Amino acid sequence: MSKVVVITSGKGGVGKTTTSAAIASGLALRGHKTAVIDFDVGLRNLDLIMGCERRVVYDFVNVIQGDARLSQALIKDKQCENLYILPASQTRDKDALTEEGVEEVIDQLRQMDFEFIVCDSPAGIEHGAVMALTFADEAIITTNPEVSSVRDSDRIIGILQSKSRRAQKGDEPVKEHLLITRYSPRRVAEGEMLSYQDVQELLRIPLIGVIPESEAVLQASNQGMPAIHLKGSDVAEAYADVVARFLEEGSNEEVLAKRPLRFVDYEKPGLIKRIFGGK
Amino acid sequence: MSLLSLIFGEKKKTTAAIAKERLGLIITHEGGKSGQPGIDLKALQQELLDVISKYVHISKEDIKVELEKNANLEVLEVSITIPEAQPKTA
Repeated sequence: MSKVVVITSGKGGVGKTTTSAAIASGLALRGHKTAVIDFDVGLRNLDLIMGCERRVVYDFVNVIQGDARLSQALIKDKQCENLYILPASQTRDKDALTEEGVEEVIDQLRQMDFEFIVCDSPAGIEHGAVMALTFADEAIITTNPEVSSVRDSDRIIGILQSKSRRAQKGDEPVKEHLLITRYSPRRVAEGEMLSYQDVQELLRIPLIGVIPESEAVLQASNQGMPAIHLKGSDVAEAYADVVARFLEEGSNEEVLAKRPLRFVDYEKPGLIKRIFGGK
Repeated sequence: MSLLSLIFGEKKKTTAAIAKERLGLIITHEGGKSGQPGIDLKALQQELLDVISKYVHISKEDIKVELEKNANLEVLEVSITIPEAQPKTA
């Protein structure tokens, strides 16, 4: 059985594509056959983050319009054995993503025995974002601890609960996960940033992880390498934790108890560190 | 900031606390699980208008009815502006 997972947020620039690339890679690293689809027609970027931009020949829209077969458009990831990327189209209009077309592609991926189909949503609440979440079984709501991002996440949760196929058909609702990204424990300690508890309390969906703000993310995207591959970085470890929790069975409390949050506490630098500097 | 609070260092609310409070007021309005299905604000407004119109000349725009939701309580706010208080001679 394949599982369709949408990475969504409402607001742009919060880390959806970074998260899609990291989670899809993380699932593949754990041996699961995974496909990651870029739904941002017109503004494709997942290929750049995954480092396969020069190998794009056909794209999602080509497949939907019958100009290419799905197997021709899927790009095999260079780092993970079990990972394939379906890039978005760069030029054509957004309405090219028809609901029937998207469903057909997802059904084909299911038949190809993909265990996970990760949908990287565009920002906003327009057609592309709705298409990305329509077929979701689970959703990872990516949120920054910042007012506009939290409000937009609330909006997109509402859309998920009304427009997803599961909601339309009255099936069991889409399983929602809250992922907080670009988190700065120091700023939280100083009262400058909403804490992850605050955000969770406001949005009231189960927390799957907290990704710290980090310079490593830019370093990763510069090289076209998903952040989860950056050995030894806190971001890579935090994403690996998210993937592990995602695969874990049990209630949110059990999962978090088994694999507690990391990189969320701030340690005040000691006197010596403050005098002599250092990171 | 006044001189006194500068000197005595009045305890200021952190900006994060302000953010949380502001979001708390808007979020449940907008989300999927929003609203209080039991209260029909439009009907309430109309009925208030009907009653008050018996005594004062006001229009619909003068009555504002809003429902604000916090984590554990809801505030129904009704504000009625009377243009130039002119009681009806009944």
